[in-house]
Amino acid sequence: MPDLLKLLADLVVYRWFGLRAGAHLADALDFFIYDVIKILLLLTAIIFVVSIIRSFFPPERTRRFLGRSRGWVGNILAALLGIVTPFCSCSAVPLFIGFVESGIPLGVTLSFLISSPTVNEVALVMLLGLFGWKVAGLYIASGMAIAIAAGLVLGRLQLERYVEEYVYQMKVGSTDYIQPTFRQRANDAWVYTKELLSKVGPWVLVGVGAGALIHGYVPVNWLAKVAGRGNPLAVPIAVLIGVPLYSNAAGTIPIVQALTAKGVPIGTALALMMAVTALSLPEAIILRRVMKPRLLAIYFGVVALAIVIVGYLFNAVIH
Amino acid sequence: MEISVLGMGCARCNDLEKRVRDALAELGIAADVKHVTDLKEIAAMGVLMTPGLAVDGRVVSQGKLPSKDELKKLLGTCKR
Repeated sequence: MPDLLKLLADLVVYRWFGLRAGAHLADALDFFIYDVIKILLLLTAIIFVVSIIRSFFPPERTRRFLGRSRGWVGNILAALLGIVTPFCSCSAVPLFIGFVESGIPLGVTLSFLISSPTVNEVALVMLLGLFGWKVAGLYIASGMAIAIAAGLVLGRLQLERYVEEYVYQMKVGSTDYIQPTFRQRANDAWVYTKELLSKVGPWVLVGVGAGALIHGYVPVNWLAKVAGRGNPLAVPIAVLIGVPLYSNAAGTIPIVQALTAKGVPIGTALALMMAVTALSLPEAIILRRVMKPRLLAIYFGVVALAIVIVGYLFNAVIH
Repeated sequence: MEISVLGMGCARCNDLEKRVRDALAELGIAADVKHVTDLKEIAAMGVLMTPGLAVDGRVVSQGKLPSKDELKKLLGTCKR
């Protein structure tokens, strides 16, 4: 199949546009078209499949599921469920309340809360398409590791008293769940796939375009010196820069592309990306409604620390 | 018929409200559409993932943005 795509890209660039193979612009364009088609196809397939899987885990069921599991198994399950359950950050608060109310331990709830925005299927596809399966695999593994480890640590710290009191007094209603048919699941998944594609499509173009441009035109520069392997503090600095910023995962990929192309190691670039997606000022403001300042600060601290560790690990493993 | 869009002001929640209004207009149904942004009220209805949609106090959809056709079907059957 990739060869078919290559043929298609070649056809468009060299036949239809009549550009000469070997010329810098033509080859960059060929590369661009190939990558865009590849990533859009991958995105469509993976989002569709993930949406189908997700339809088997509505929040009500996730809640019951996690309520039954004990100890670290709960953290692992929560991190796994977080991957297939993306929610907009404004959903974080009702979910948090729903989890805590049904007796799910705080550490498990936080594992879910971390893994959901951190491990994201759009980012996964972009990394797979642009950097290959090794980086994509490490991205999932490290995102899960952060969610599980941070959740376990936070669970041990007995932070329950730093949750706003009203959360424990809330009575969460129950909704009647109607088992959808497979047709409905597929239909919902397709509607969601289209919605997401129309949202992230432009980012794919920007991301791949930035990559194609940088490949040819950017010389070795100061960034590689400042944030390259020579600077051991590059990872924590990247995380500190990333925390207050907010963007969805797809929006940060162009930055990762640009940074790595300029000689910044992949671990440093990914640490920045994870800090941007997992921790942000808007998220802090939203979570402040259920967490007292102290818990919020500890939560951000532990997650940031976990991201720093994973950043170093990435840098050590991938060269 | 009383319709509540449940969401704390996120983009998808606003999209849902607009789509609900469009669907109602196309169906020719006059209904009260309110946008519930109060967190406690949303949780009390059992909605853990926004945007949620409730018709006459019953949650009919949550955590997704149904297409306009789906909404028309949903609201059309609720009316009967």
